[in-house]
Amino acid sequence: MLHPLSTPKSLADRPEHSPSSPLSVHDMTVAYQRRPVLWDVDYDAPSQSLIAIVGPNGAGKSTLIKACLDLLPRASGRVEFFGKSYRESRHMIGYVPQRESVDWDFPVSALDVAAMGRYAKIGWFGRVSRRHKDAARECLARVGMADLAHRQISQLSGGQQQRVFLARALAQDATLYFMDEPLAGVDAATEATIIDVLRSLRSAGKTVIVVHHDLPTVPQYFDHVLLLNTRVIAAGPVSGPESVFTSENLRRTYGGRLTLLDQAAEAVARARGG
Amino acid sequence: MLGELLDILLFRAGYTAAVVSAGCTLLGIAGGIIGCFALLRRRSLMGDALAHATLPGIAGAFLLATAMGSMLPGVLSAKSLPVLLAGATISAALGVLSVHAIVRGSGGRIREDAAIGIVLSVFFGLGYVLLSIVQALPGGTQSGLKTFIFGQPAAMSVGDAMLLAAVALGAALAALLLYKELRLLCFDEGFARVQGWPTGALDLAMMALVVIVVVVGLQAVGLVLVIALLIIPPAGARFWTDRLGTMLWVSAVMGGASGYLGVSLSALLPGVPAGAIVVLVAATLFGVSAIAAPRHGVLSRWARHAALTRRIWVDHALRALFEHAEDGATLEPLGTLSREDGRRALSGLGGDAAIAMLRKRGFIDARGDIVTLTSSGMAAATRAVRNHRLWERFLVLHADMAPSHVDRSADMIEHVLDPALMQELEAALERDEAVAAASRVPTSVHPITPDRRTPGGATGGHA
Repeated sequence: MLHPLSTPKSLADRPEHSPSSPLSVHDMTVAYQRRPVLWDVDYDAPSQSLIAIVGPNGAGKSTLIKACLDLLPRASGRVEFFGKSYRESRHMIGYVPQRESVDWDFPVSALDVAAMGRYAKIGWFGRVSRRHKDAARECLARVGMADLAHRQISQLSGGQQQRVFLARALAQDATLYFMDEPLAGVDAATEATIIDVLRSLRSAGKTVIVVHHDLPTVPQYFDHVLLLNTRVIAAGPVSGPESVFTSENLRRTYGGRLTLLDQAAEAVARARGG
Repeated sequence: MLGELLDILLFRAGYTAAVVSAGCTLLGIAGGIIGCFALLRRRSLMGDALAHATLPGIAGAFLLATAMGSMLPGVLSAKSLPVLLAGATISAALGVLSVHAIVRGSGGRIREDAAIGIVLSVFFGLGYVLLSIVQALPGGTQSGLKTFIFGQPAAMSVGDAMLLAAVALGAALAALLLYKELRLLCFDEGFARVQGWPTGALDLAMMALVVIVVVVGLQAVGLVLVIALLIIPPAGARFWTDRLGTMLWVSAVMGGASGYLGVSLSALLPGVPAGAIVVLVAATLFGVSAIAAPRHGVLSRWARHAALTRRIWVDHALRALFEHAEDGATLEPLGTLSREDGRRALSGLGGDAAIAMLRKRGFIDARGDIVTLTSSGMAAATRAVRNHRLWERFLVLHADMAPSHVDRSADMIEHVLDPALMQELEAALERDEAVAAASRVPTSVHPITPDRRTPGGATGGHA
């Protein structure tokens, strides 16, 4: 078998699927009413890394996450986690949905929401015991929300709500995390807190896959990037000799949109510079 | 009449009446608990559709049982309650399936609310036709099926009431047992699925509990109004609390009270359907909650709003005095000015009336011709001016606002800034020498002119 680096890179190339990869997507296609949203996605996520999924609106970023997690039906293709099926590896997967996906007027406190991350461990009919509450409280503390644990969630700011969602995912104690736009519309302090938490997850050996919308911060926050526009345009490291975060790839991902191109060029320049 | 009511309420009106009252109380409790989940999952209207969809099942079961009864006399009585309720359950389930089928069959073009409307009316219409056929049968008018429409607890036997009580209790306990699971389902279905909960089955269980409450409530409350027990108590309970656990209990109490009081009152008013009275009792409890509940009731919201308006008015008045005194055209020390100047400073806020109001609140002393800020007034004024100017400064430096436009924008925000946010503002402005130099109050970013001194948005009355 040839060394992957010695083969010329082309779209026809398939990544080597390794059984140890936290996430392997094989030839996945997802369609809404016959219009394909994701086309033939093939991807292997490296372990112990922070991975950004980047692409224009409607590129299928959230769809990719949801289809991996069986929240949306796949037209074709297969997904494996750590070489096993979703069903077998569910306990190793944490999830942060988009903030807008729930009703924040729901009558629960921040602590109640964080404790939901423990429900799978508690099991059927079990009460949320003190032990689980303490674990949830600890997760809230990790995102700087310990003082607001008993606030009703509608009384939290957008950034605080996003932190509660992150705390709930931490409470799941997973090995692989999927996060859908956790940095969208949050304040600077929340962004810094979330990035700190992501880095601590990586140092603890976890993998985090994040749908991200802000190109300039990609090289700063992430190790790997998946450039997506219905198809996988490129996937690989953000920096270094094998970097796929190039202006050429970004142009292919975003098409000819000028403002985004400017943003992209700036981001690349920054990545090269730093 | 009062004595009679007391007898009923205290279960002294005979064994049957007591059992019926207890059964209806439990029905209300079960409706209150299960309704909370239905309300939060936005399935309340679906409950109404399936309640109306029970009618063809009741009439159909009656017709079927009559036909079979004539073939096998003595085996099956057409009036047997379990038979009728089984029919009701089946057609309620068919109603729910029809809603899903219409939504899915239309490719999503017909939304759930329209589908619910179709199913509700069509099933009810069909049921009424079948009911007319039953009434035309020999002895059909005595079938008692009409009582299922608006409810007639007086017609219930002890056995019926026992069945109602047992099933309602079971349903309430099942909902409490599934508390954690249903809470997660209602809040975030996607997350529940990722965690591996069978959300489809949980959803089905929740709808099944709704069906159970509706079906066992038919005889007592009637199919047209039984949904009220699933919607009104939870909606009323939401005013009292921001915790689902508390909401369940409040809702259960309100539902139980509605069932108990409603059925007791209906015994005194034989001409009025019980369902209508139960609904009115529930609505009264809802109304009281909406007005008087301390957390989200209208009165407490008004009180909070009035307190905020008052605080904003005081902030504005004290700031006006402070800035006027600061202008230099006044007497020493800072915070002391002539009554005439004070009146002018507060001209847009009520003039002399404003001076009297601030004095009543202990913010100023007004002796003779001199107006002085008291120590508490000085502290409050300093805080108000400081908040205002910090925020203005922040807007100019960090939000690219023109100094001439900043006053009004600052005015909208500064009153609701909490101390933590003010600290953040200070940190953001730390290197701004104007802030560092000024001991407590930074200078204004725009000239203080008389027309500015009456801040925009100071519409809050001082009443």
